[in-house]
Amino acid sequence: MAYIQTYIAILIISLLVIPFLKVKWKGISTLSLVIFNAILSGYHAFPALLGEKLEFIFPGSIVTGAVPIRIDALSAWFILLINFTLITGALYGLHYMKTYRKQTANISLHCLAYLLIQSSLIAICVIQNSLVFLFAWEIMTLSSFVLIIFEYYKQDTLKAGINFLIQSHAGVLFLTLGFIWVYYRTGSYDFDAISQFSSSFPPIVSLGLFFSFFIGFAIKAGFVPFHTWLPYAHPASPSHISGIMSGVIIKIGIFGILRMLQLIQTDYILLGYIILVFSVISGVYGVMLAILQHNLKKLLAYHSIENIGIIGIGIGLGTLGIGQQNITLILLGFGGALLHVLNHSLFKSLLFYAAGNVYQATHTMNIEHLGGLVKRMPQSAILFLIAALAICGLPPFNGFVSEFLIYSGLFDGMENKAMLNIVVLLFSVFGMVLIGGLAILCFTKAFGSIFLGNPRHHFQETPIESSTGKLLPMYMISAFILAIGLFPKFFFSLLTEPLKLYSDKMNFTGNFAQSVQISGTMQAIGFSAAGFIVLGLLIFIIRKAVTAQKPKLISATWGCGYTGETKKMQYTASSFIRSYRKLAEPVLSVRKKKIEIDGIFPVSGWHETHPYDKIEKWFIDLPWRRLKFFFGKFRFLQNGNVQFYVLYGTIFITLILIFPVLYEAFKKIIYFLNQI
Amino acid sequence: MISLVLILLTSLFFMGVVIRTKSIASGRKGPGLFQPMKDLFRLWKKGSVYSNTTSFIFQIAPSIYFASIIMAILVIPFGEYKGIISFDGDFVFFAYVLALGKFFSIIGALDTGSSFEGMGASREALYSMLAEPAFFILMGSFALYTGHTSFHEIFTSLHFGSYISYGLGALATFVLVMIAMIENSRMPVDDPKTHLELTMVHEVMILDNSGFDLGLILYGTNLKFAMYGALIANFFTGSFPILISILIFFGVQIIFAITVGVLESFSARFRMGNNPQFIFTLTSISILIFFGVLLIMGKFI
Repeated sequence: MAYIQTYIAILIISLLVIPFLKVKWKGISTLSLVIFNAILSGYHAFPALLGEKLEFIFPGSIVTGAVPIRIDALSAWFILLINFTLITGALYGLHYMKTYRKQTANISLHCLAYLLIQSSLIAICVIQNSLVFLFAWEIMTLSSFVLIIFEYYKQDTLKAGINFLIQSHAGVLFLTLGFIWVYYRTGSYDFDAISQFSSSFPPIVSLGLFFSFFIGFAIKAGFVPFHTWLPYAHPASPSHISGIMSGVIIKIGIFGILRMLQLIQTDYILLGYIILVFSVISGVYGVMLAILQHNLKKLLAYHSIENIGIIGIGIGLGTLGIGQQNITLILLGFGGALLHVLNHSLFKSLLFYAAGNVYQATHTMNIEHLGGLVKRMPQSAILFLIAALAICGLPPFNGFVSEFLIYSGLFDGMENKAMLNIVVLLFSVFGMVLIGGLAILCFTKAFGSIFLGNPRHHFQETPIESSTGKLLPMYMISAFILAIGLFPKFFFSLLTEPLKLYSDKMNFTGNFAQSVQISGTMQAIGFSAAGFIVLGLLIFIIRKAVTAQKPKLISATWGCGYTGETKKMQYTASSFIRSYRKLAEPVLSVRKKKIEIDGIFPVSGWHETHPYDKIEKWFIDLPWRRLKFFFGKFRFLQNGNVQFYVLYGTIFITLILIFPVLYEAFKKIIYFLNQI
Repeated sequence: MISLVLILLTSLFFMGVVIRTKSIASGRKGPGLFQPMKDLFRLWKKGSVYSNTTSFIFQIAPSIYFASIIMAILVIPFGEYKGIISFDGDFVFFAYVLALGKFFSIIGALDTGSSFEGMGASREALYSMLAEPAFFILMGSFALYTGHTSFHEIFTSLHFGSYISYGLGALATFVLVMIAMIENSRMPVDDPKTHLELTMVHEVMILDNSGFDLGLILYGTNLKFAMYGALIANFFTGSFPILISILIFFGVQIIFAITVGVLESFSARFRMGNNPQFIFTLTSISILIFFGVLLIMGKFI
């Protein structure tokens, strides 16, 4: 108890002090406070992850009722991963923000928002009182808004920020609706009331309640079709913010969904199918659009949607497991989902930091303008490559482990031979495979055109490698990525307690034989991954030994007989994905403009593609236009005449005053009519 | 272990058989069975030329590509004998490790900054992406059929009984042969003997590789063929005594090689634009297998 009060006190004091420090100290003190907070919260989260559940109850106020703070294994898992990414984000940000050193006030605000986001994220994980939860949620939303619009003087950034703010509040609306519903029925703000509520109503009602929460959290997490804020907000914010946003802030939506699944009793089989279908669509749609993007950060943002889809497939599978009383599915599904939450927070933040390095070296995020950076920035290139391999789910990195768990779950789930079950699972396997293949296409494009080949653009300043300060947190992350890839058994065993929360739901009494079997498989994967690295090294060493004595020539790239300058003829990112674009065009919307080269003496030709989101067009833009049209009809009211506004005020006040009188009169008339 | 040795042995003569078949089909005598291997040895002894555009990625890519193939081979069982690596869901590992190799061969090609190699890389990435679902649905169907999810257990518990299951075996063989053709960039998707860079897939990706690296990549193709051949052979070896199994294994490999030769002699390469449709059709054949499995299990009636 005292511990939480100390935590809040330190936070408030630091919020008051930081604006008065010198710029240099602002960053450093923010970083040390982030680390301090991480240690403080991690100190309680770690035992909770191992099964020691913590509970404090604050008396609260008349409005909120008692405020329970519960740290269980699920919140502990999220607290720990949030803290890790926020520390790396702060470390990276400390050096990234050096360019903006002159904007003192702006930086103060940024630091404050960064501290607030850490505290609010942790608060969301532990608070189990609806009102206070929403309060923390709101702080989180507002502080991420402040973080996103750091470069508020750019129009696009501000637009993206406001887009984010509005859509987040649409999410808050759904959450509030759900909480009010529960409060109305049970009279309690405690999260326990949610499970009370759902156990006293038929499953279909709790399904409704779940969906109210699901939509609210899905907007934050970025499930299709609630994803449209994401591809704007990520490119707009500074790179370390994109990293933590994609890494952990959108994951808080996943946390919400997982928490609600744990609390709400409903028809899990139906729910599992729905989540699976939603997630497969999110995953495939996300990566399909990602491939078309020209802006690196936007590309990565669409990949977040894809990975949320993969996490969702895991969650859906686990839910199906609860419904079918199948412990293996719970372990594989939720285990895969939780591990992928961690994995994605690692490689996605690494990718965004690497993108930040590229941005600060070249001042552009347009993939078509980059190229050949591997020679200028070898370390960033390797780090980007590691993250790219991990996000494609390739061994020996961490992405493979979680995707493997989900795959195993999908195949194991087919043991239940109900037709619908098999078809949905096959559909999900198909989705997972497509996601995997498309991700490889996307990241070979991204890595190939940014770092390999010849430069495609002449920069005023030659791009140089980033400072060690920026590379250090990236190395930390990549070490973690490799560690999960090599020791998956250990990380899976950490998930034992969080998974128990779900296996308890099906009154599972047997032993965890399946768990033992899975950790055996995990160990085999770890060994295979290590074996693969050894094998690769071995072959490379043999190659070195054999070719050491052989003559080596350096020459120009083979131009198939053409010996002139070929730099401008190298494959671009757009041409690399052209055949894919042709295939996908019917599903997606791509605006093209081009002038063909023709004539005997061709002058110039160009070709532009602007990928756009079809779902955004139908789901956001169209209703928006309709609304604008409708409200446009009332434009005449806002005519700029002060007299009119005074009149509106007077009419309003009069109406308010008259209303009770009218009401009474109305009642009298009804009474009179009744008398007759 | 035994599968690794057998696959390595097969890889020595597989290409020889293919080339011999092609020469006989076109009325020539053709080179000896081990000529392709001799060519490889010659390559391994040669020096190399590197493009000045390339970076270390180009240097490590062929080694990692080759390592990925070896790693994939380690997963493959032989009859009743497990592969060196065997765990539940190992076919996912198999596919993903091959994908890793592909990733590196693609970025290796892009590293040259060539106006041609990007084209091959683009096609390779797209085609292998399209071929992947077919493999997974195929393996998923057999996982469903046998109730197991590792190569070894699937193959040992695969009992052919009814006519439908023989049909399934034939279809599965067809899908695997086609996947092998796509993965190795052979006819009808790609013509390795074409002389126009614009119509190549795999060949154009390795234009800049030379010497030892080129040898590794080419030998990788042999190994990949032998690997898919071993997968197909596993459908038939079943629970025979080891010697007969080995005979069946080599028989299947030789028939496979001859099939590849015949396919390449008597079919023309598809138009590039039609390749995606063709490859995606494989997925529908896999789905057919899947429904066949459902039929056997009595889910339809």
